[in-house]
Amino acid sequence: MTVKELKEKLDLTIYSGEQGLDNEITGGYVSDLLSDVMGNADAGEVWVTLQTHKNVMAIASLKDMAAIILVNNHKPEEDTLAQSNEEGIPLLGTAMTTFEVTGRLWELIKK
Amino acid sequence: MHFEYQIEGGNFTRAGYASSEIKKKLKQLNVDLGIIKRTVVATYEAEVNVVAHAYSGTIYVDFDEEKVVIKLVDEGPGIPDIDQAMKEGFSTASSTVREMGFGAGMGLPNMKKNADDLQITSEVNKGTTVVITMFFKKEAKDL
Repeated sequence: MTVKELKEKLDLTIYSGEQGLDNEITGGYVSDLLSDVMGNADAGEVWVTLQTHKNVMAIASLKDMAAIILVNNHKPEEDTLAQSNEEGIPLLGTAMTTFEVTGRLWELIKK
Repeated sequence: MHFEYQIEGGNFTRAGYASSEIKKKLKQLNVDLGIIKRTVVATYEAEVNVVAHAYSGTIYVDFDEEKVVIKLVDEGPGIPDIDQAMKEGFSTASSTVREMGFGAGMGLPNMKKNADDLQITSEVNKGTTVVITMFFKKEAKDL
């Protein structure tokens, strides 16, 4: 599934990084601890978090992740948006909680 | 090939820049993707540690045909007990740093797990030197 398809299925907001909407999603990772994501997430995954600062983009880029979903209506900071556009990694948002969006993600992308 | 990058203590907006540059260089050299991934994890964690704990630092990167050696030299508080610092969950990060999702005590264990060789030396109130070595051929790790 592409990021665009996921965005439509879960009615996610796109904040930035539209160039990456065709990125293919191969799985997901859910964590607010950056070293946990750094150590355990993998390329092509969509990352669910409430962290909104720029370092999130640095990690998503270093890990070649497909997209980021910010939960609970958390809004990205300005420099986070800028880096998302620069890297072409979509930054998406939802009013859903981590629990709910993760459950729905699992249903959509489980193997 | 030799490259150097400066790290500014406390400046999280630049954290990851050097790791990203090193990743690009490894890709240009057609290094195995698995090795690039491990190098990125180890280097990023080391870079963030300098930002989170030290006043300033320099990363020296040396590539040759078989390996890349990434040496991070910082001026900072140093690590009084390296064995303790290596333990999963141990952290001396500030609350601000923790709120950002760093400082969970996973950085050094991540480095250990991903580096082919990791050397840490430190002097309290002076600074810390971390040397990460990654071999491009998997066999080299077992030599």
